[in-house]
Amino acid sequence: MTDKTELNATHRELGARMVDFGGWDMPIAYGSQIEEHHAVRNDAGMFDVSHMTVVDLTGPSTREFLRKLVANNVDKLAKPGKALYTCMLDETGGVIDDLIVYFLREDFFRLVVNAATRVKDLAWIEKQAAAFGVSVRERPEFGMIAVQGPNAREKLIGLLPADVQEKARKLGKFAALETEGPDGMPLFLARTGYTGEDGFEVVVPNTRVVELWKHLHAAGVAPAGLGARDTLRLEAGMNLYGQDMDESVSPWEAALAWTISLDEGRDFIGRAALEQHKADGVKRVMVGLVMDEKGVLRHGQKVLTANGEGEILSGGFAPTLGKSIAFARIPAGEPGDVRVEIRGRDIPVRVVKFPFVRDGKPMEGIAG
Amino acid sequence: MSDIPGDLLFLKSHEWVRINDDGTATVGISDHAQEALGDLVYVELPEVGSTVEAGEGKGVAVVESVKAASDIYSPLSGEVVEVNEKLSDAPETINSDAYGDGWIFKIKYSNLGEKDDLLTPDEYSEVAESDDH
Repeated sequence: MTDKTELNATHRELGARMVDFGGWDMPIAYGSQIEEHHAVRNDAGMFDVSHMTVVDLTGPSTREFLRKLVANNVDKLAKPGKALYTCMLDETGGVIDDLIVYFLREDFFRLVVNAATRVKDLAWIEKQAAAFGVSVRERPEFGMIAVQGPNAREKLIGLLPADVQEKARKLGKFAALETEGPDGMPLFLARTGYTGEDGFEVVVPNTRVVELWKHLHAAGVAPAGLGARDTLRLEAGMNLYGQDMDESVSPWEAALAWTISLDEGRDFIGRAALEQHKADGVKRVMVGLVMDEKGVLRHGQKVLTANGEGEILSGGFAPTLGKSIAFARIPAGEPGDVRVEIRGRDIPVRVVKFPFVRDGKPMEGIAG
Repeated sequence: MSDIPGDLLFLKSHEWVRINDDGTATVGISDHAQEALGDLVYVELPEVGSTVEAGEGKGVAVVESVKAASDIYSPLSGEVVEVNEKLSDAPETINSDAYGDGWIFKIKYSNLGEKDDLLTPDEYSEVAESDDH
């Protein structure tokens, strides 16, 4: 059975093309996916991300529990409202999911996890939480809209009551605020997102999510589908669970070393395996690729390097760059001239650092 | 759904063919297909002079949208005599004019009898509609 978000009928009214996305009936695009991409890069766009799962953790030992559950260190979350991106690992150091942890109160942390991994995430979290007496509560009564782009914050702030506008404007990056939206609707406003642009991810009760969407639309925020969300996040150098990483991949191999906190004395799940993996030498690395020739890099294509074969993880056409880019996992070491096998032909590509695009502009050396 | 020109024949895999007076035929993809694919960003054209066989089997060309790559089959057998070079720089022409400027290649057909296996605009229209469900 396919799940539907509260906005399903609204997407259909807007003429969206709907697709099955991890068991959810979601809009891939309302018209041109490329125009939606540019709307987010140049102005403001919004995504229905209500299929993502909000999980609230409560109890006096919640912080202690999270020190064990995730690989990044929640002690970086000193002030209520602050957020942290992290991986949740299994005992072998494989990635169960990537998620955001929000610190709300000492006895209350909120997680936002991927849609497709919801069931296994909840089972894992509940299993680990038992020993800490932490209560794990999924919040299906919430919807979520991501409002992204250089003008996204101001367009949303314009809808807020006068007395909360200033607070919302002052909200720092990777921080959240519990506040009130138009007509008193309760909002959880987080300055996070998945496009490389500034903006907010807004958690709102399902009963009010359509109302908020319509307010945003009237304020000039363009509806954008999951297709544009994918090209935006790829340009922004952000991993997609299931494509760029999963349980068979350690964070060292998924360019996520920056999210691993090997702080002294904290025994998080997967730590021993991660340390062993590093000591043994990490054999595969994730790199960015740019193709200057015409064509499109796609998931699964073979990558040929001086050290052997690798494969394309996420790949696609980058509308901001007008050419194709990809992440690839290749053998570690100096790769030499790298080529990608596309329909029997070897096409040269460049290995680059990512992100490919930041603040709406190609990073140096990406455009070629 | 846009109007389908009456002089076209179709494969159920969404390619159209227009049989010209000079022994050639022009091939493209349907408006329904371009809409389903979304923004096209690359077209891999066949080589002029190559021989193609009719029907779904071996891809003759490839169209790539932001979402995915799709093989294009030839409705008729023959030799490729011309390709639409404009698509190399402007693949989106297929999105804007699938039945006109967005044509993909022309062939000198070898067996016109094959056209009896193709769908008429009305028959194709039914295929396209049932696709939407």
